[in-house]
Amino acid sequence: MSRFASGDNSVIVIVGSGAGGGTLANELCQKGIKVVLLEAGQQQSPATFKNEEWFAFNQLAWLDKRTTSGTWRIARDFPNLPAWICKTVGGTSVHWAGASLRIQEHEFRAKSRYSGIKDTNLIDWPLTLAELEPYYAKAENKMGVTRTNDIPGLPGNNNFKVMYNGATRVGYKTVHTGRMAINSRPRDGRSSCWQLGFCFQGCKSGAKWSTLYTEIPAAEKTGNLDLRTESMALQIQHDHHGRATGVLYADKNGAHHFQKARAVCVAANSIETPRLLLNSHSSKFPDGLANSSGQVGRNYMRHTTGSVFGVFKQPVHMYRGTVMAGIVQDEAIYDPKRGFVGGFELETISLGLPFAAAFLDPGAWGEEYTNLLDKYPNMAGMWIVGEDMPQETNAVTLHPSEKDQFGLPIPNVHYDDHANDLAMRSYAYKRGAAIYNAVGATQVVEVPPYPSTHNLGTCRQSEKPAEGVCNKHGQTHDIKNLFISDGSQFSSSAAENPTLTIVTLAIRQADYIAAQCSTRSI
Amino acid sequence: MKRREFLKVGALVVMGTAAAASVAGIASAAQAAPPLTTLQPHQAETLLKMTRRIFPHKQLDDAPYWNVVHDLDTAAKADSSVAKVIGEGIEKLDSMGKRFVELTEKKQTAALKQIESSAFFQKVRTVELQSLYSDPSVWKVLGYQGPAYKFGGYIHRGFDDLAWLPNPPESASPKPA
Ligand SMILES: Cc1cc2nc3c(=O)[nH]c(=O)nc-3n(C[C@H](O)[C@H](O)[C@H](O)COP(=O)(O)OP(=O)(O)OC[C@H]3O[C@@H](n4cnc5c(N)ncnc54)[C@H](O)[C@@H]3O)c2cc1C
Ligand code: SF4
Repeated sequence: MSRFASGDNSVIVIVGSGAGGGTLANELCQKGIKVVLLEAGQQQSPATFKNEEWFAFNQLAWLDKRTTSGTWRIARDFPNLPAWICKTVGGTSVHWAGASLRIQEHEFRAKSRYSGIKDTNLIDWPLTLAELEPYYAKAENKMGVTRTNDIPGLPGNNNFKVMYNGATRVGYKTVHTGRMAINSRPRDGRSSCWQLGFCFQGCKSGAKWSTLYTEIPAAEKTGNLDLRTESMALQIQHDHHGRATGVLYADKNGAHHFQKARAVCVAANSIETPRLLLNSHSSKFPDGLANSSGQVGRNYMRHTTGSVFGVFKQPVHMYRGTVMAGIVQDEAIYDPKRGFVGGFELETISLGLPFAAAFLDPGAWGEEYTNLLDKYPNMAGMWIVGEDMPQETNAVTLHPSEKDQFGLPIPNVHYDDHANDLAMRSYAYKRGAAIYNAVGATQVVEVPPYPSTHNLGTCRQSEKPAEGVCNKHGQTHDIKNLFISDGSQFSSSAAENPTLTIVTLAIRQADYIAAQCSTRSI
Repeated sequence: MKRREFLKVGALVVMGTAAAASVAGIASAAQAAPPLTTLQPHQAETLLKMTRRIFPHKQLDDAPYWNVVHDLDTAAKADSSVAKVIGEGIEKLDSMGKRFVELTEKKQTAALKQIESSAFFQKVRTVELQSLYSDPSVWKVLGYQGPAYKFGGYIHRGFDDLAWLPNPPESASPKPA
């Protein structure tokens, strides 16, 4: 593995090795650009993953303290765990389920399309679908997304059979095993899916795409990658012109180092990315870096979510097989007649018994609850993922008093559900129940949201510098050599799971950075 | 891990003992388990009843609940503030009338309802949640098959064996490779 000198200011420093950062690192390295990749977490591998939910959670999740506020149920159910994301090489692409959908054309024009909805901070993306299409194609090919590139869909498991039969009986038409970044056939040196059912715990067969064992080793092979694990970025520094000069970080022993950089790309996921910018405040930038708009940390989106579990007379064994290979897409449309704007997808989901007990009704106890858990083998599950509205007051901010192990303010995540979000969730719960009732459910359970797995929008792209943090390449409006390289860039949340778009934007950003380097613009 | 393996055997030994007639179960599980380090016998007995009331699965005997008590013992040993919360919580429970262990199951549940927002209750519930439902002996009884990797996943072990509904067409659900 390569090591670049801390004083080498020709390198690009990327913070975070997840879906965005890991992909960007590889794309730059393939172009001959030197990269220092700072990752706060440790290095694991399919060999060290374990098929045990709590073990895997403790091994891989980001557990540093965070606080919450707002009307969302998370603040009550999981006050110190607003988000379920990872701190490990590969980031949350280690825990993710693989659902890979393109954002639809009309969703890029959220403001124009949804105008008139009160109390939102909607904008249109500065991008169109047409501009992104070639990059979507590259991302799908890289990730091996099923139902693209002549890759067959995954075989449906029992959980999908229940969804399929119920959904088609209530009249839904677009129901299949999804577009999944999980090999249905061996591809790219990785095996096909064994139907283990532990996609959320790190895929031991390597069938599921993760930057951990795809992008990062490919980047290392070029000799252009210097991956520094257990290295927590603390502050991005700048010179008197306001150009980023490099990143101060702490190694695993807490020792501080400064890595110089030609450009800095932040891909720390939508809570840590704005936190790092805010914590990098200086006398020149008292409100934090790239924050002349005041939008850093704001417009936090987490998708309108919830789950529906059905209980049946006969066994389902939902935990067997791919967790999320099943989708109903008919509701992912613009149809305000339903009482809300924006669409939602319904996707299969399963939880092992440890997580089912923890999440089916957080905080519950007693006989009624254990009676439900006794029916575990006969349950089927689906997850709602829909577009939520950006609101300026939904924000990641620095805690006024609490500090982390490095002495830096911890983040607070504030989220109030918008009336549109609430209307969508209650409609989606009913549709989910209808699907299960159509195949004879004896009981249907509406399950509240899990800690956010999709975290978006906190350093958004905008045409106008006053309305967002970065332009359509993720380059911050204020600082030319500072980039946002993760889901924080999203101008709106759209109905689709976000990772395919995060990877797509990273591939596109790499082209832009390379061009900027060759014209010496950065 | 060793204790778990050990208790798994213990659980098998007492498996099938009805919850109501579990005095013998307590005795044999307690004998099989390593001794408690921090909790006093009365505390352990109270916690056993309490954990049974929090997640009352009739099909389970006392053994997995003893595992939870042992995990609480470990937590109390590791952190004296936990030991204090448990000690004081039990005193409070016992001061609400009869001693908790002497109440009927129904009254035990009612007593717990009154303290459900206390730090004591929350601690016990959280430890129990993570311990009970991660216990392979509990998985067996409740019908969860646990880790799948060492068996090669479910690709040849029934991931799609549901037969009470028709199979989706291949366009929606292609055949496996
Ligand atoms: C259970 C689960 C299932 C999911 N399923 C899907 C799905 O099916 N489809 C989909 O599209 N998405 C899914 N997601 C979401 C998906 O994982 C994320 O969208 C994606 O990983 C985000 O990429 P990212 O690069 O923004 O951040 P991440 O992948 O989270 O990477 C951020 C990295 O930055 C590191 N980091 C943070 N702060 C610092 C710092 N200061 N210094 C150094 N390093 C730092 C973190 O440790 C982490 O490794 C799922 C998520 C979860 C948890
Ligand atoms: S079901 Fe497939 S993708 Fe999920 S963990 Fe197993 S092998 Fe990996």
